Amino acid sequence: MVQDRGVIIQAEHLTKTYHRGSEIIAALNDVSLSITAGEIVACVGPSGSGKTTLLNILGCLDNPTSGRIILAEKTVMGERVPFREQALTKIRREMFGYVFQKFYLIPTLTVEENVVLPFAFFKKPGAEAAAASLMQQVGIEHRKHHLPGQLSGGEMQRVAIARALVNKPTVLLADEPTGNLDTTRTDEIGALFRKLRDAQGLTIVLVTHNLKFAKIADRIVELRDGKIQAS
Amino acid sequence: MITIYQVAYKNLLRKRTRSILTVFGIALAAWVLVSLLGFNAGYELSLSRDIDSLGYQILVTAKGCPYEAATLMLKGGTGLRYMPQSIAEQIKKEPEVEDVTPMLMQAVFDPNKGESGGYSAYLGVDPATFPKMKSFLQFKQGGWFTAPDAFEAVLGYEAAELEQREVGDLLLIAEKEVEVKVVGVLKRTGTQDDGTIFLPLKTVQQIFGTDNKLTGLGIKLKKDANLAQFEEKMYQLPDVQVVSLTQVKQTIMTLVSTARVMVFSIAVIAVLISAVGVINTVLMSVMERRQEIGILKALGATAGDIFTLIWLETMLLCAAGGVVGAACAVATSTMTDVFIRRILPYSPSGGLVRINPQLVVLTVIAVIFIGLLSGAYPSWKACRLRPIEAIRSQEE
Repeated sequence: MVQDRGVIIQAEHLTKTYHRGSEIIAALNDVSLSITAGEIVACVGPSGSGKTTLLNILGCLDNPTSGRIILAEKTVMGERVPFREQALTKIRREMFGYVFQKFYLIPTLTVEENVVLPFAFFKKPGAEAAAASLMQQVGIEHRKHHLPGQLSGGEMQRVAIARALVNKPTVLLADEPTGNLDTTRTDEIGALFRKLRDAQGLTIVLVTHNLKFAKIADRIVELRDGKIQAS
Repeated sequence: MITIYQVAYKNLLRKRTRSILTVFGIALAAWVLVSLLGFNAGYELSLSRDIDSLGYQILVTAKGCPYEAATLMLKGGTGLRYMPQSIAEQIKKEPEVEDVTPMLMQAVFDPNKGESGGYSAYLGVDPATFPKMKSFLQFKQGGWFTAPDAFEAVLGYEAAELEQREVGDLLLIAEKEVEVKVVGVLKRTGTQDDGTIFLPLKTVQQIFGTDNKLTGLGIKLKKDANLAQFEEKMYQLPDVQVVSLTQVKQTIMTLVSTARVMVFSIAVIAVLISAVGVINTVLMSVMERRQEIGILKALGATAGDIFTLIWLETMLLCAAGGVVGAACAVATSTMTDVFIRRILPYSPSGGLVRINPQLVVLTVIAVIFIGLLSGAYPSWKACRLRPIEAIRSQEE
């Protein structure tokens, strides 16, 4: 875990364009952003404003058309840094945890198996203890032998959060983590995020439509038409 | 801790019906393959055993259809041509010959046999030479005939059961209205002798009015005799044909191999169809799980991990299909035997389908190998998915 308060993610002049027929769509337009270790940053904005695109590029799931990404003072994507899937896999594995609106739990695996799923692909010492501790922290230990279909939406998102954190990432990226949850569950996830940040110094970047939920963040970044309006 | 094998196995449980149907398709192909290869091994072995247990290496018959002669040699036949008995003495003088045994096959329709009647075949044999050539025959009850012209019968094991006769009973020869006394019942041999009713040659000639006539002559050669040369010599005799063991084997195996090639082609097609089914199933599963594959990559799975996962799923389907198919083939081998006997014009006694552990293991390995090939394309498709493309497909 990153304990110091240095910049952990630096995005410089990011642009991302898509071709739709002959039309060129700019999802991001010259976006620059610095995120400090241990900070909770919320990206808000209307649909199509580019917040999910920004999150995906910050998390090395997508590459920018131009601009660059510096992670822990090392440029990993940008001009003169070719896109290399293998290298990005390593970064994703070691640095990031991802949470999505639809949870994406494997329905035939139990809660516990879903949480330790990353370790089916790579081994890490102390994995079992980390999984047990995380399930306790997110409050799903008593459901560890249940299948996802037997859980509520809030519980499923907790499982997804535990799965994202089991590999002890430095940064948690959450795309609409409460999009499928009611108000009570949304508040619970908000409290959990703050607890994880306070306890572990976790950096959290989240994308949300929910302005009330965004208030858990230390900083809110508002995007509109692919540009940062306010930060 | 979960392993990639457990993940692959549990992934297959998601669409149980689809997985079961795919396994079923592979199992059917494996079933056909094992049964066919088992038949291939079993038929040849049984045929060789049948021929080797004849006791003589060459059969001389009156000139006619070679297939009819082969049938006579192995199964007995009706409506046959005759040759004069004197030919036996002539052949016996040849230096290569150790012994000859004359035979006369006759058959009559018995209306009381079975539900709608059937043919009973009687083989007239020479009491002086036949038992010597068939020294392996053992008696369950009684023994050979008391005189060369006695009205007596020796029944093969199955013939005794079918006729429900034992030593001391009388046996009526239908049409001729003649009764013969059962003096011996043979032990089971696993050959055509089990279903034969043996009578003294002279008795058969007398009952059927075929004096000095034979339908066949079994010839046993001396150990150092040249079989091919002797056959050539026999071909010089007028109005007879010579059937050697090699010829009989070749004739029947030629007939069977034609059918075997056809059935084998069908089995190969079945295997190919099941391979295409596997590709389709796994590819469909990959397409349905694009987002999930994206998430796995986001969680740190490499392209190699995804390839292995999808490949393992294919292998599991194929291995399960192979094992189930092979097990079904073993379990139904007796039924397959009965079925093949019904459709083949001639089938030797003994097991026709011989499935051994090596055959089962080889088939399962072959099916897994097909799984390896079938799984390669879907696995390659899956591992090439970029996480963002896969995750984005949820919104499409």
